[in-house]
Amino acid sequence: MNILVIAELHDGSLRKSTHSAITFARQVGAPFSILVIGSGTQNAATDAAAFGAQKILVADDASLKDPLAERYAPVVAQVAKAGGFDVVAVTASSYGKDLAPRVAAKLGAGYATDISGVKNEGGKLTFKRPTYAGNAFGYAEVQTPVKLVSVRQSEFAAAEPSGGASPVEKVAIPAADPAASRVEFISLEAAKSERPDLGEARVIVSGGRALKERFAEVLDPLANLLGAAVGASRAACDAGYAPPELQVGQTGRVVAPQLYFAIGISGAIQHLAGMKSSKNIVAINKDPEAPIFQVADYGLVQDLFTAVPELITELKKG
Amino acid sequence: MKVLVPLKRVSDPDNANKIKIAGGKVDTTGLEWKPNPFDEYAVETALRLTENGTNPKKREGEVIVVTFGPKETEMTLRAALATGADRAIRVDAKDEDLDGDLVARALKAIVEKEKPDLVLAGKQAVDGDSNQVGQLLAEYLGWPQATFAGTIKSEGDKSLVVGREVDGGTLNVRVHLPAVVTVDLRIVAPTSVTSIHTPPTHKYADGVRFAALMAIMAAKKKPLVELKLADLAPDAALKIKYTGFEPPAARKAGVKVKTVGELVQKLKTEAKVI
Ligand SMILES: Cc1cc2nc3c(=O)[nH]c(=O)nc-3n(C[C@H](O)[C@H](O)[C@H](O)COP(=O)(O)OP(=O)(O)OC[C@H]3O[C@@H](n4cnc5c(N)ncnc54)[C@H](O)[C@@H]3O)c2cc1C
Repeated sequence: MNILVIAELHDGSLRKSTHSAITFARQVGAPFSILVIGSGTQNAATDAAAFGAQKILVADDASLKDPLAERYAPVVAQVAKAGGFDVVAVTASSYGKDLAPRVAAKLGAGYATDISGVKNEGGKLTFKRPTYAGNAFGYAEVQTPVKLVSVRQSEFAAAEPSGGASPVEKVAIPAADPAASRVEFISLEAAKSERPDLGEARVIVSGGRALKERFAEVLDPLANLLGAAVGASRAACDAGYAPPELQVGQTGRVVAPQLYFAIGISGAIQHLAGMKSSKNIVAINKDPEAPIFQVADYGLVQDLFTAVPELITELKKG
Repeated sequence: MKVLVPLKRVSDPDNANKIKIAGGKVDTTGLEWKPNPFDEYAVETALRLTENGTNPKKREGEVIVVTFGPKETEMTLRAALATGADRAIRVDAKDEDLDGDLVARALKAIVEKEKPDLVLAGKQAVDGDSNQVGQLLAEYLGWPQATFAGTIKSEGDKSLVVGREVDGGTLNVRVHLPAVVTVDLRIVAPTSVTSIHTPPTHKYADGVRFAALMAIMAAKKKPLVELKLADLAPDAALKIKYTGFEPPAARKAGVKVKTVGELVQKLKTEAKVI
């Protein structure tokens, strides 16, 4: 077996999400190569070379500057075919979820999304994946010779570099699909934040609809103090109290930090689906019946507008 | 503009805590069914793109809804017709005989016959949570895609500007039609969809529209045809098979703390996380 890991880049560097796909490859226990796609990929290729991959395959071209699935999929499919890869893995980020199905269709491959585990029994792979908003786990077998998977960052811990330097090889850029000429990248309005990314944070302070317009005013000081990322429920995002990219849940980001604060969040199943794997969950809610208390390790029934400032004062005491 | 919207019936996720898993299978008997919420958002988006928001009774184009399912799923189609869709297609099939790839292949055959300008799909179904049909279909058709749309600005029948909700922010693209767009939650906010037919100052009510009783009656007369899966996708082989299901591991019951002080003390000495 031979695995192709698709790297995810940001500003020419390897995104840490890539490390989860590498962990997947290591868990399967088969040789793997990493495909770096973009324009100006030198740093990313160097980063990728430290994980013990057989090869770092680099597709670097001006036409690949922006991450568009219509441009990237032909590259991945060509590399997967030429290298005889059996499994193509990407992290289940918005980038991976956008790209992987197009690659699967090109390769005639089955695609298991958002997997949270893998079993390798003598070369036969079974993928564990959450369904029904995390209320059931399915064991999926992909029937096709080539298999596509996207792996959950929250369930595959970031791989550490293993030293050494894998050889770097340039790949030829295939002709673009006709579809690529019918999509134009306009802009990426990247959220500017000094805080850690939700997928990488050790601590997350998440807020719900209850915070209203005071979302940032109340949560930011706590997040700053803890060096935490800020998350939000859908209701808080929909109401405009928090930007959409902060949404945690079934259809937002899936996270599993060491410590997760759910503040003024009721605990609907769609929210739980995105944070239930957190190591420690703290809930602050004034309603003692709120479903969030069913998953919280520590529940505090109190008005958040008094509890959060008190919490900050208490933490500052050291 | 002619818009095709795939629509799936799912077990109501808010009943999901009642999902039973017996003998390695998900047992959905006794659960309530409803349209996949993301697909409902797609229907709403299609309606907004093909009407003048100030006079939504008249359609400026056509909206076709299509589902894969047994006879009962016609209820889901009728509900979409009642909110304003023009016609419906049901592909006769059982859930267990389908996977995302087969649905995408069968949809391709329907698209080739219907020739819509746009396929608007939900970004995922909340039962399988697979998030792949729209993208697969786009590739099979050789069309561009814009996934996870939070905003759509129509430039007419030629192109759309789509604000895609990605992990790090919003990624704006222009797609030239025909194209596949998959929609995210916030596409049904009051000003998320702008069409050339609606005055730019128009604000929609938040969320999806409800059908009036009259419309529900009228929807019974709207065209609904049945197609056979085997005619659309002669190779019905599934690419994914499930060998079993299991419930998630239960989290051990936590404790309630009385004060902020107690919480901090427990986080420090018991959980050792701060
Ligand atoms: C298709 C679909 C997908 C979805 N995806 C997601 C998702 O990814 N993520 C997500 O989060 N949701 C998602 N949802 C929405 C989800 O079902 C809930 O509606 C949402 O999580 C509720 O957010 P909330 O808990 O902030 O708001 P509410 O349900 O309004 O709860 C607010 C809570 O705050 C408490 N409260 C109020 N005032 C105070 C106070 N002063 N002090 C302390 N507590 C207070 C209340 O007791 C209540 O428990 C999805 C829904 C659908 C249909």
